[in-house]
Amino acid sequence: MTSTETRHDVLLTVNGVPHRLNLPARRLLSDCLRHDLKLTGTHVGCEHGVCGACTVLIDGKPTRSCLVLAVALDGQEITTVEGLTNPDGSLGCVQQALLECHGLQCGFCTPGFMTTIEAGLKQQPAPTDDEAREMVAGNLCRCTGYQNIVGAVHRAAELKRDSR
Amino acid sequence: MSTQLFGEKVPRVEDQRFLRGQGRYVDDVLVDTPSATLHAAVLRSPHAHARILDIDVSDVIDMDGVHLVWTHEDLAGAMAEPLPLLIPHPALTHGRTQYTLAKDTVNYVGEAVAFVVADDRYLAEDALGRISVSYEPLPAVVGIESARAAENLVHDDVPGNVAARMEQNVGDAPTAIDAAPHVLELDLSIERSAAMPLEGRGTVARWDHDTSRLQVWTSTQASTGVRAAVAAKLELDLGQVDVICPDTGGGFGVKINHPWPEDLLVTRAAQVTGQAVKFTEDRREHFISAAHERAQEHHIRVGFDDQGRVQGLDVEFWHDNGAYTPYGLIVPIITSTQLLGPYKPANYRVRFDSLYTNTVIVTPYRGAGRPQGCFAMERTIDAIAAHLGLDRTAVRAANLIQPDEFPYDQGLIFQDGRPLIYDSGDYPAMLEKIRKLIGWDEFEQFKAEAEAEGRRVGIGLGCYVEGTGVGPYEGAHVHVETSGKVKVATGLTTQGQGHQTAFAQVVADTLDVPMEDVEVVTGDTRRMSYSVGTFASRAAVMSGSAMHLAALRAKEKALRLAADALEADEADLKMVDGSVQVKGSPSNSIALGTLAVLSNPLRYAFDKASQAATQFSVGDQDKPPVDEDDEPGLEGRDFYSPNRSTFASGMHAAIVETDPETAEIKILRYAIVHDCGRMINPMIVEGQIHGGMAQGIGGALYERMAYDDSGQLLNASFMDFLMPYVTEIPGEIDVDHLETPSPLNPLGIKGAGEAGVIPVSAAIAAAVENAEGFSITSMPISPAELYDLRQRHAEHTSTTSARPPKQDGSGEESA
Ligand code: FES
Ligand code: FES
Repeated sequence: MTSTETRHDVLLTVNGVPHRLNLPARRLLSDCLRHDLKLTGTHVGCEHGVCGACTVLIDGKPTRSCLVLAVALDGQEITTVEGLTNPDGSLGCVQQALLECHGLQCGFCTPGFMTTIEAGLKQQPAPTDDEAREMVAGNLCRCTGYQNIVGAVHRAAELKRDSR
Repeated sequence: MSTQLFGEKVPRVEDQRFLRGQGRYVDDVLVDTPSATLHAAVLRSPHAHARILDIDVSDVIDMDGVHLVWTHEDLAGAMAEPLPLLIPHPALTHGRTQYTLAKDTVNYVGEAVAFVVADDRYLAEDALGRISVSYEPLPAVVGIESARAAENLVHDDVPGNVAARMEQNVGDAPTAIDAAPHVLELDLSIERSAAMPLEGRGTVARWDHDTSRLQVWTSTQASTGVRAAVAAKLELDLGQVDVICPDTGGGFGVKINHPWPEDLLVTRAAQVTGQAVKFTEDRREHFISAAHERAQEHHIRVGFDDQGRVQGLDVEFWHDNGAYTPYGLIVPIITSTQLLGPYKPANYRVRFDSLYTNTVIVTPYRGAGRPQGCFAMERTIDAIAAHLGLDRTAVRAANLIQPDEFPYDQGLIFQDGRPLIYDSGDYPAMLEKIRKLIGWDEFEQFKAEAEAEGRRVGIGLGCYVEGTGVGPYEGAHVHVETSGKVKVATGLTTQGQGHQTAFAQVVADTLDVPMEDVEVVTGDTRRMSYSVGTFASRAAVMSGSAMHLAALRAKEKALRLAADALEADEADLKMVDGSVQVKGSPSNSIALGTLAVLSNPLRYAFDKASQAATQFSVGDQDKPPVDEDDEPGLEGRDFYSPNRSTFASGMHAAIVETDPETAEIKILRYAIVHDCGRMINPMIVEGQIHGGMAQGIGGALYERMAYDDSGQLLNASFMDFLMPYVTEIPGEIDVDHLETPSPLNPLGIKGAGEAGVIPVSAAIAAAVENAEGFSITSMPISPAELYDLRQRHAEHTSTTSARPPKQDGSGEESA
């Protein structure tokens, strides 16, 4: 990074861990997560807000990290795919459901689907089929044809119910 | 004997890392050493066709954080030559490839013109903005019509814009057609689309001065190919270059082409700067500088008898190959041969022109010429049925190759240069299955009921045969470590197909070891330096077979060693759950890890396994410790190289509803019957079919490359290029399997990767035609286009009211 760019101090809490960063204003949140914090689980498929691969949760809300500047998030809480695993290291419900349902192939879109489903199931803990489809209707997957992802939404809801 | 894993829906082992965000994709490589990694960006042509008058980089050279800026003038030796023409063909008389960085002219929007390396990608892009290039625009050739008219040329020295002209004949089609009782002619076209994996292209390279070696990570379908290309272009020995294909975010064909200009520029820059260099393509770049496919126009003449049996089929088509032909004629050759599908026309002639246009290059995209061929053939069969007033399945049945006719020689030369001989299949059984699955016989009643309610519904069918498992070869290496763990490698690469799971299933079965003990590596030239690549639905057939053969070799050696150690006859031994046992005497056994120790007559003992081995003795005291035709180690290595491809097949059926007012097209039901021989993992196979089918729906209803006349791609973003979301895919897809094993490989498998996409446009076009009552000859079809067709058809019928339109009519009868 050149010395000529003005930099800003920000505090981002990512997956519960606070990070103090000094960043140029134009740094996208997606690049900040991937390159500054080395959390490469968040993927970038289009960088124009359409594919959803880069979706993270900002204060619980699914957000496209390729459309947000990191410096604008001072003090906010961010959850990425790395934060969806249970504290003991086992797979979280959404992760487990995608595994069981074969809801991923190349895995590139998967982090964005998982964060989206994680937030979606908070709103709709028992989605109907239409609601499950609606939940993931803003994310692109080029591999799976979506059938098994929709199945995984239902399975994740089930697992969450059982774990309660 | 533990339970057999072949054929089981085993959960994927690779998912563990993907689900945790621990995958390692190419842009993730070296993130832990950010200061040591430089980032590259490419300046691309804004013109479809122009002469480069001048490039001024003076504003960039002293920019803070910029390490290097190159134009063609800065390249020397092999780097300054055009890129390789990977697959030459005698018919490709005018093959052309681009330069690494454009020299004198540019031939498509997106062609690489200059290259910058800087501290980060933001700065590299700033630098691109400061390079000024003056161009003299030239007229652009866009689309097949303009290429054929040849009023302008893409390459001055390619007359008529024709890169290649090819013809194949079986019998005498023109004469047979002239003699046939009925003749139809059709014009059918498919538009340009693209593979569009969610992860674009990317390459990272690091040069190690101490060892004079280059390490390359690239998102490719052919790491051994990239290795050879980089070595040749950088004038290095092969042994100095290692290429690793890391986790890859989809390929679907586009990543088979190599080397990309960026592969060469990044590796060379790593060598020059002594630092790691990374290039990660962005989405717009992927649209305008990777590769597209599909655009073709076909003219068909067919002669047939009263039962609809084809007596002669004459196909002429025009293939848009874009600005250059690095991948040769693979796509149009596949169309020209696989067009025949499960049918046996008595006489066949096919001719094609491969044409230059000032657009992005064309290389295979999942299906690779088959969706077009299938569309052409299936539309023809439907037209025959309509003409004769016969059921469309009856005309298909009349033309199918019968089960007792295998191996069936189509009399053509396939894309691999080998005869097009189908190995096995049961097409009549498949047709029966698909009729049942979709409810073909009940549909007329459903349609009548729907029509009574003012709804329009239609049903359509698409049948295909796909040559899979194309040679020449693939290899595998199986290494049993002293821990008993089995490390396996194959050279072809993985883009999400679950190879780590499927290949582990094969090896675990062959060696009878727990699957958790088997670890598979793909696409790493350090582990397997001979390989061809992942394309043409070949991975399971080729590497799957090689895995089995290599594991058998390791097994042979394990049994031989165990016989010696246990003082037993080999015939009395069996492999059980990670060890070799004397049959009927389970206590008399030896672990594979111990055998691995014994296989390596070393004088040092490192670990428990070595200690355990001391109780056994192997080897003949009168012979050398490593006997003449033996090697140390418990390993197996073998290659699978079939005589020819194995042919998978399938049939899709769609029921659609078209809105009488808005002309929206909705898929109500979709059914698939699929035969890829024996399935290693049916869960993975179904996933491949679902994914392919979704891409097929994109190709049938939504996806097209919208070039304007000046060669600008107007929809180069995910906002404007409409890939299906879940909302565009029917909620339920019925999939049924048929398993006719291939006699050509030891496991009886056939490829499954591309199949799902092939017949979708054909099936949906047929269903829309059936709903609307007029012919559908061009795909994809949007609501606006369907609306226009309705208008035109309404005008046409009002002016030619003397002859009522055929209800299921398509095609026109010629004299
Ligand atoms: S990368 Fe952010 S939406 Fe596609
Ligand atoms: S799994 Fe590959 S894009 Fe979704």
